[in-house]
Amino acid sequence: MIWALAILLGCQLAGEVCARALGLPVPGPVIGMVLLFGLMTAFRGLPRLVTPTAQTILTNLSLLFIPAGVGIVSQLDQVAQYGAGLAAALLGSTLLSLVAGVLTFRAVARLMGDRA
Amino acid sequence: MTDLPDLWAYLQQGALLWLVVTLAAYGIGDAAFRRAGRSPWVNPVLVAVVLVSAALVGTGTSYQTYFEGAQFVHFLLGPATVALAVPLFANLHRLRAAMVPMLAALVAGSVVAMVSAVGIGWLCGVRGAALVSLLPKSATSPVALGVAETIGGIPALTAAMVILTGIIGAVVVTPLYNAMGVRDWRARGFATGVAAHGIGTARAFQVNETAGAFAGIGMGLNALVTALLAPVVAHWLF
Repeated sequence: MIWALAILLGCQLAGEVCARALGLPVPGPVIGMVLLFGLMTAFRGLPRLVTPTAQTILTNLSLLFIPAGVGIVSQLDQVAQYGAGLAAALLGSTLLSLVAGVLTFRAVARLMGDRA
Repeated sequence: MTDLPDLWAYLQQGALLWLVVTLAAYGIGDAAFRRAGRSPWVNPVLVAVVLVSAALVGTGTSYQTYFEGAQFVHFLLGPATVALAVPLFANLHRLRAAMVPMLAALVAGSVVAMVSAVGIGWLCGVRGAALVSLLPKSATSPVALGVAETIGGIPALTAAMVILTGIIGAVVVTPLYNAMGVRDWRARGFATGVAAHGIGTARAFQVNETAGAFAGIGMGLNALVTALLAPVVAHWLF
């Protein structure tokens, strides 16, 4: 548990350092995610060490969105001004993305001889 | 004996009160979600955000004061993003088997989500930082917030957009794909994860195990793609 946390936070730290030092536009934790993925392919014992802690965090992932989500109270002027436009954008783009993703997957799978 | 206004002033200064409120609101949201038979309409995050926001507005507390307590929860988004590597790694063999269709669907779903969100928003009169905040809304929250900050959006607004996107995706996905006649659970799940991140993934797991696993992969990969492409798309659009 302690080592798993140290590894997760260590990967994040390395990612943050990397992002700042190299001026990358990618958030540090995302670089940390790629780093952990690489480390798990390199070290056999690592997946078993980090999996229980990672799963505990990911099971309660929803909780972690709340502080940021509540930030909407500081943005009520934006919501009042653009609420309808934002709602239309969310609904439209989510539908379009769902359709584009599934059709592309099927089209490419079919091109590769998949008949599922 | 301290009188009530003094006690309130003390609680307002400390981080503890709002930390407890955040956890309790999530507990209530989660209980409501289970009580409603895990209906995507009763999203625990949405319930909790509404409850906490009402408490803040009701007590006249500023978001800054609230965040002093809630930052301890917020901080965990960083290691949670790193932890997304674990399910990605666990599904490595599935990833290899359907690599090409997934990568194509990933780019299509991710780019369509970003461009259409900004396009529709712009057509409906959304301008400025609010428009930029729409760009990363299909990525999972920790990534979307980081991206919003990098490209000049408002992270707080993006957070709300991300959660609403997930709820919309979870509600429409099953009727939409049934109407389209798509029966490939890999394709359905993967596209759901790309478009509607963790909330969509949770929904996919309820419908079909394979769809859920592929949704998880889609969410993880789109986190990466959004982080890489959003700054490019932002530079190109704005």
